[in-house]
Amino acid sequence: MVVQALKDQGVDTVFGYPGGAVLPIYDEIFQQNDIRHILVRHEQGAVHAAEGYARSTGKVGVALVTSGPGATNAVTGLTDALLDSIPIIVLSGQVPTFMIGSDAFQEADTVGITRPCTKHNWLAKDTATLSETIHQAFHVARSGRPGPVLVDIPKDVQFASATYTAPQATNTSNYQPQIRGDIEMINELVEALETAERPVFYTGGGVINSGPKASELLRELVEATGIPITSTLMGLGAYPASGKHWLGMLGMHGLYEANMAMHGCDLMINVGARFDDRITGLIDAFSPKSKKAHIDIDPSSINKVIKTDIPIVGDVASVLDDILKVWKARGRNLNRDGITKWQKQIDEWRKVDCLHFKQEGKVIKPQYALQRLEALTKDKDRYITTEVGQHQMWAAQFLGFEDPNRWMTSGGLGTMGYGFPASIGVQMAHPESLVINVAGEASWLMNMQEMGTAVQFRLPVKQFILNNERLGMVRQWQELLHGERYSHSWSEALPDFVKLAEAFGAKGIYCDNPDDLDDAILEMINHDGPVIFDCLVEKHENCFPMIPSGKPHNEMLLGEASTQGAIEAGGAVLV
Amino acid sequence: MAALKIKKGSTKHSAYNLRPNFSDVQETHTLAVVVDNEPGVLARVIGLFSGRGYNIESLTVAEIDHTGHQSRITVVTKGTPQVIEQIKTQLGRIVPVHQVNDLTVEGPSVERELGLFKVSGAGDKRVEALRLADIFRANVVDSTLESFVFEITGAPEKIDAFADLMRPLGLIEVARTGVAALSRGSA
Ligand SMILES: Cc1ncc(C[n+]2csc(CCOP(=O)(O)OP(=O)(O)O)c2C)c(N)n1
Ligand SMILES: [Mg+2]
Repeated sequence: MVVQALKDQGVDTVFGYPGGAVLPIYDEIFQQNDIRHILVRHEQGAVHAAEGYARSTGKVGVALVTSGPGATNAVTGLTDALLDSIPIIVLSGQVPTFMIGSDAFQEADTVGITRPCTKHNWLAKDTATLSETIHQAFHVARSGRPGPVLVDIPKDVQFASATYTAPQATNTSNYQPQIRGDIEMINELVEALETAERPVFYTGGGVINSGPKASELLRELVEATGIPITSTLMGLGAYPASGKHWLGMLGMHGLYEANMAMHGCDLMINVGARFDDRITGLIDAFSPKSKKAHIDIDPSSINKVIKTDIPIVGDVASVLDDILKVWKARGRNLNRDGITKWQKQIDEWRKVDCLHFKQEGKVIKPQYALQRLEALTKDKDRYITTEVGQHQMWAAQFLGFEDPNRWMTSGGLGTMGYGFPASIGVQMAHPESLVINVAGEASWLMNMQEMGTAVQFRLPVKQFILNNERLGMVRQWQELLHGERYSHSWSEALPDFVKLAEAFGAKGIYCDNPDDLDDAILEMINHDGPVIFDCLVEKHENCFPMIPSGKPHNEMLLGEASTQGAIEAGGAVLV
Repeated sequence: MAALKIKKGSTKHSAYNLRPNFSDVQETHTLAVVVDNEPGVLARVIGLFSGRGYNIESLTVAEIDHTGHQSRITVVTKGTPQVIEQIKTQLGRIVPVHQVNDLTVEGPSVERELGLFKVSGAGDKRVEALRLADIFRANVVDSTLESFVFEITGAPEKIDAFADLMRPLGLIEVARTGVAALSRGSA
């Protein structure tokens, strides 16, 4: 029944880990060949893999876990998917209905525990409605603002038989989020767009979630208007990094030109982003002179943090389509002089070259490692995942994304240990592609057991570890904000990553010399199998630009020199 | 451009002490929430309030449509206008929530609550309690030689006022249902 429902939902891959309470489902899986089951090594890995699968395909990712500890291990992944709006389904086993509430072996109140970290969840108490519940779960996961859902299935419900309900026969009328934006508001936005002198697009993960059409329409609108565009961490790839109007990522570690444009614009068009605190910095000083439009499928995102002048509730693709239609119908008007001047101003900001770094000496700078990785892989059919920390921000800054769904990172929750299992999920979905996880050594260790999965299923995922032997991001904050008191931000007793790879039956590569880097990266790419690449980098490099929390966009720290000045003399950061 | 003054060793710039963004007047609103009557739905609503730090001043819930499996939750909550808006849209995100109405802003409404009051005493106090109960149109639903249980319905303020009057007269126990509310008129 469960497997049939998954098949009918177009599922081809399930990431899971068996246990007593899901044995009947595993028995079904054993007796068929349509759905591949990937045995992970920890349930957190299963959920992140499902996320990676979902994010890189636009389909719903599926994980299967047992009751009790299996379900509690899934909680981090569910929360991660909730904050990043990733459509996944977790099926969990539960003790039989007649034992629920008795503290039975491996019983946990899974529905209670996961209620705040799912978009919705169900305890399937009756086999007769189980298939319908699973179909509804898929519907809820992918409709509106996508998110994780969980269906908890007691063992007796798995065993019993009942008539199957097909997806087409399932009632989903209860949950139908609004797709079309309000046309009056769209008209108002177009009017604002026609006259704005300094407009900017601020885009986010909602563009990716809306589907490839949304990215196409966004590109069309940007090219036709010449309006500069920036994006959150989650939205990278919706507009190509090589595009003429691309400002780079914004936010706490965003680019100078992007943050300055946000601060100085007179019209901000937020497309599927949510004014997260990593983006806004000090709220009272956030883009003080701009009119703000906000397109979001989730009404609760609007006016949550920042007051919006033109709120538009709807699906990004549908709303962009309407905006383009209205704008064209009204004669494609723009304040062209204003925008030209604005572009010139932005070019001035670009000249600051905020990502500037110097690779000198015999120690690899992390930025250099990523620059070389970018140069040697950008023309390939490439997918990138990351862990969380400095390396993640550098990856966002130094790698260029030309298409949506190519960049998988834990944005909202910032989950160390996300990237490796996510890369496994991506590789499953794209077996022929180059899948690289840009990792920090500390994050990577959090889910390193998944090496077993990668080797068993011959998934040639590349683990590119920028090893600074530090919890680098923590160290950076301690340096800048806690008087250089480096409390527990060392990675002590690190394994020898090459030997570790070999112990798992994979390939290990070590590189600590900038001169050897290109060859080593090529060796990694060309190896047909999983690789752990231990790239020893500068230990005390800080990630800049940086807007310290509670500061506005125009008070970015630009580099070592500016922090030294700022910290010691309280001097001006920017010229 | 303004200088950035981060003192060495300062912890003031932690990500975890971002300022509250809106600070306006506190308003009290009565929300009517129609939900599927399914297990856990009340926990979802209450969990939203506790998880996001909203207030619940009063909460009532009961099934209103047996065949349609629908219940109505009436919540009285307090917050700034932005917070009230957030509460409404966040409630709207809960999958089994069908409708959220803000009775405080959507035209006039009636609000009623039922209270049970146990008052014990003798002599003058007992007579006075009975007299006041009469004025408030409260019913006596139980009586012994030393006590009464009064039943009173009305707007919450009326019940508050009754409680204030009963306190010096020997009030020993109170049970209140919380507010049930409907909009006035035919719509
Ligand atoms: C599960 C989890 N625990 C703790 C943190 C807090 N944290 C954020 S970045 C970081 C350090 C990451 O170190 P590493 O993976 O080596 O990356 P680097 O910053 O050195 O590039 C920590 C501990 C987190 N984000 N996630
Ligand atoms: Mg590190």
